[in-house]
Amino acid sequence: MPTVTLIEAVTMAMDHEMSVDEDVVVLGEDVGRNGGVFRATDGLQEKHGEDRVIDTPLAEAMIAGLSVGMAAQGMKPIAELQFMGFMFPAFNQIVTGAARLRNRTRGRLSVPLVVRMPYGGGIHAPEHHSESTEALFAHIPGLKVVTPSSPARAYGLLLAAIRDPDPVIFLEPKRIYRMVKQEIEDDGEAYPLETCFIDREGDDVTLVSWGATMHETLLAADELADEGISCEVIDIATIAPLDMPTIFDSVEKTGRVVIVQEAAKTGGVGSEIAAEISEHRLMSLIAPIGRVAGYDAIMPLAKMERHYMPQVVRITDEVKKVMDYS
Amino acid sequence: MPTVASFEVSYLQYLDENSQAVNDLPDFAKDTNLLTGLYKDMLFARTLDYRAMSLQRMGKMGTYPGTLGQEAVGVGSGSCLGDDDVLVPYYRGSNTMIQHGVKPHELLLYWGGDERGSDFKNPRVRQDFPIAVPIATQCLHAAGVATAMKARGQTGRAVLTEIGEGGTSEGEFYEALNVAGVWNLPLVCVINNNQWAISVPAEMQTACETFAQKGIAAGIESLQVDGNDVIAVKDAVGRAMEKARSGGGPTLIEAICYRLCDHTTADDASRYDDPEAREEAWAKEPLKRLGDYLVNLGAVTKKQLEEFEVEAKEAVEKEVEIYFDTILNNPQPVGAMFDYLYAELPEKTKAQREEVIARDLRAREGG
Repeated sequence: MPTVTLIEAVTMAMDHEMSVDEDVVVLGEDVGRNGGVFRATDGLQEKHGEDRVIDTPLAEAMIAGLSVGMAAQGMKPIAELQFMGFMFPAFNQIVTGAARLRNRTRGRLSVPLVVRMPYGGGIHAPEHHSESTEALFAHIPGLKVVTPSSPARAYGLLLAAIRDPDPVIFLEPKRIYRMVKQEIEDDGEAYPLETCFIDREGDDVTLVSWGATMHETLLAADELADEGISCEVIDIATIAPLDMPTIFDSVEKTGRVVIVQEAAKTGGVGSEIAAEISEHRLMSLIAPIGRVAGYDAIMPLAKMERHYMPQVVRITDEVKKVMDYS
Repeated sequence: MPTVASFEVSYLQYLDENSQAVNDLPDFAKDTNLLTGLYKDMLFARTLDYRAMSLQRMGKMGTYPGTLGQEAVGVGSGSCLGDDDVLVPYYRGSNTMIQHGVKPHELLLYWGGDERGSDFKNPRVRQDFPIAVPIATQCLHAAGVATAMKARGQTGRAVLTEIGEGGTSEGEFYEALNVAGVWNLPLVCVINNNQWAISVPAEMQTACETFAQKGIAAGIESLQVDGNDVIAVKDAVGRAMEKARSGGGPTLIEAICYRLCDHTTADDASRYDDPEAREEAWAKEPLKRLGDYLVNLGAVTKKQLEEFEVEAKEAVEKEVEIYFDTILNNPQPVGAMFDYLYAELPEKTKAQREEVIARDLRAREGG
């Protein structure tokens, strides 16, 4: 069983699916010869050929728009955008094209497309290379938005995304691309979408997060356990559509929630989760819902980014605040 | 200094504005039955257009983008589409779509506010794209369809897309031509240069002498045709499609005509149009051009042309009847707004679907 990093698991999933389904193709800037700027497509062109691992001209809108046309013909493109900060030219095509085609044609045409993009801060990257704007996608009906927090989830969720008959935005937390390794069987087993993962069971407070900040959230849970606070930790994994029942069950048990996101606080996915809990489980709450988020500021450049991103101490502070209620 | 690149843009015209043949006609145009058919199709287009306008004015249909004066562009282009080709139309593409096999009542349904109008039932057009409203986005979809055809080695198929001259100012237009050039895609793009992007005239869109030469910047064959001459349009698009089907790569064709109607029913061109220019354009319009030619040739009589008008009106009314019957007697259930979002509706959204259905039911039961 290979021991792989998160980014190697991404490669493994694409390689597996390209091997079993000839309709699956990879396209994007530098994905072929270069194997992707982060090496997510390393070796794929050598193995599957230039016709299936396609270096495109440099134009993000084109990559997305082209993929819509290919998908409408029954191909299953996996489009790579190099960084989430450069997705905005493609956003028009994702929103007006990919997300709507099934609905616009009453199911006659559909877009089985995956748009992969690395996102998030913490790697001291240049400007526009560190943002987390997942809420923009989560707001769009017709899209699914998925992010893994571990190598195993990267493999299983990406397989599910490729096999999904609708467009999936697959966000890769680049800060943890090579942080940990896991043993993964390359067996083609997909994980379910629209399903949260309970990473740790606990009784006092529910911590909800996704992507790279799952790392800090679990560290915070460790620290808090030492202080006698028992945290249940949930990785939502599928940002849209959200699996709220799993979160509700946990809230019924703990009565306290802290949501951790790297994205700016206002209008974030955490806001939606908090609103859902307020609407449907208010009476289960014994404390206000806490949110630890990126500040409502432009993502700072490298020197200051650590102050912007949720650190373990911010999470433990917030948990202690909600623990004051009983 | 040496010249490292140079280019020319040719202009194709067979019938001049006096309906005189100025060039040897292509073979298909020697068949007067075929030309009469094209005339009838353009007449149907114009009749449908007037009827759509009146439906909108009566409050029986939504905003509608007219095609008056542009019938030769749509009919001429669309007549070149084969069973295996794919059309990726823009919002003024009604006539091209009808030529390929979209039913006119489907267009009325779409502009009347019913999504089923884009669920084309004719097997010939099941792979065609619905009308693209966001400007120039369709060019990339078309390039994507062409990419799929090429990747699968499907020679004998090609993609036709269309755009207004204003749309060529969008980056996505150029991005599509660029990739079509680099990958030698089976793609034909027709620019309907009707002189106006709502109120902005063509000369305010570009400093180029022609819109066609934008394709030369992408390294693809590009030419200009008289968009009031259906023979020229059909000849140029037909040859370009055949070239694309046989692996010869993409073509950009600028068809020059004049928008004789408002931009849409929500527009009032009298605020900006030049009445003299419009009057001049009426003298060049495509139906008169071909009709006079056929009459001069003795292929049809003026009386026959009048009979064609009656036939066109009857045919349009049949489509209007289907449209009314559908919206009045067979409306979409409200749950349909959820039924095609995904292959399977997410759990989280199911309650909203049930809510809208229940509210609709209560409202109707309550009278």
